[in-house]
Amino acid sequence: MDSLAWMAWTLPTAIFFVALACTLAVMTLLAARYPEVERVGVLRIPTTRGDRLFISLILAAVIHLAWIGLVGTDTIATLPVGEEGYEISSLWLATVVSLASAVAIFRIV
Amino acid sequence: MDKTINNKAWFLVLPVFLLVAFSAILPLMTVVNYSMQDTFGNNQFFWNGVGWFKELLDPSTDLGGRFLASLWRNLIFSAAILAIEVPLGIVVALAMPRQGWTVAFTLVVLALPLLIPWNVVGTIWQIFGRPDIGLFGYVLNHIGLDYNYVSNEADAWFTVILMDVWHWTSLVALLCYSGLKSIPDAYYQAAQIDGASRWAVFKAIQLPKMHRVLLIAVLLRFMDSFMIYTEPFVVTGGGPGNSTTFISIELVKIALGQFDLGKAAALSLVYNLIILIVCWVFYTIMTNAGAERRPVEGGA
Repeated sequence: MDSLAWMAWTLPTAIFFVALACTLAVMTLLAARYPEVERVGVLRIPTTRGDRLFISLILAAVIHLAWIGLVGTDTIATLPVGEEGYEISSLWLATVVSLASAVAIFRIV
Repeated sequence: MDKTINNKAWFLVLPVFLLVAFSAILPLMTVVNYSMQDTFGNNQFFWNGVGWFKELLDPSTDLGGRFLASLWRNLIFSAAILAIEVPLGIVVALAMPRQGWTVAFTLVVLALPLLIPWNVVGTIWQIFGRPDIGLFGYVLNHIGLDYNYVSNEADAWFTVILMDVWHWTSLVALLCYSGLKSIPDAYYQAAQIDGASRWAVFKAIQLPKMHRVLLIAVLLRFMDSFMIYTEPFVVTGGGPGNSTTFISIELVKIALGQFDLGKAAALSLVYNLIILIVCWVFYTIMTNAGAERRPVEGGA
């Protein structure tokens, strides 16, 4: 793994990218099995599943950044894991909001 | 609609995907990794979570203040050059000849600034604007204007904007010209029969026909001006003070000057996100502007 040292991998970023890659793989398989069909939603623009995923991902990034800037990342709970416990940042709420918005986008956009 | 869909063609895109993976995706992933860590060189990294993003989005910190200030400067710069280049480009395109040998001549003359590399444009204007040996700076000072782009902020802005207008108005003009050329003569003849004024012809025929190319021109010019680095860096170096330090200049200062890879990576990602959003909005408007008009044109 020394040859990849310059990429400075960490477990959280690796999980993030693996999740992203899995999402794209699933979307690709879905597109192969059930070809994408354009549809006009609340934004009054024709979107395919891929477009809606793109909008969801962009919106998720914006929601997380806005949360960091406006709300902050204080600890909201501590899970009893290990000796010191595992602190949960309020940023996870932004993740929840993002997931909810993604569901909404896939349904109504 | 019975349309055969054969997704196997996507495999033909694979070589390009691999190439882009090496040139863009892997570096971008590395930037994401950097943005979560701090480093003191030697490939030693320390986890920092979203710390850099917190700092970046808080205007009271050094990083946040610099980011916000340079973002504002960049937005003002982009707005200014768009406000000048788009109308000017349209005017130039309208004034360009439609036939004869002058067409080729005008096209070549207009294309000249576009062919000059950015750093050369910067050097040209850096010398051109100097009050002691530059023609432009010398003349301005000679007629009594106190012009010095090295020490005066307003002069520095004036020079950077003028340089961009000089460099890129041709692009807008050429795009508009291509839009104008695509208008069939019948439209003008119909307007003449109706006794339409010059303004009416422009508003009802030429502007709608230039709509799409104008959107492309605005998108191209916005993206280029929002990512501008070389020209202002060569002319003003971001100064005087920080007055012409645009985001990319600030980014290079943080990444390569201070070697704060974490901060620079966080800034790059937010910068990238802004560009991505603007690009998507423009692209959506562009594709849908055409789609809305198509049925109308088909029905006519």
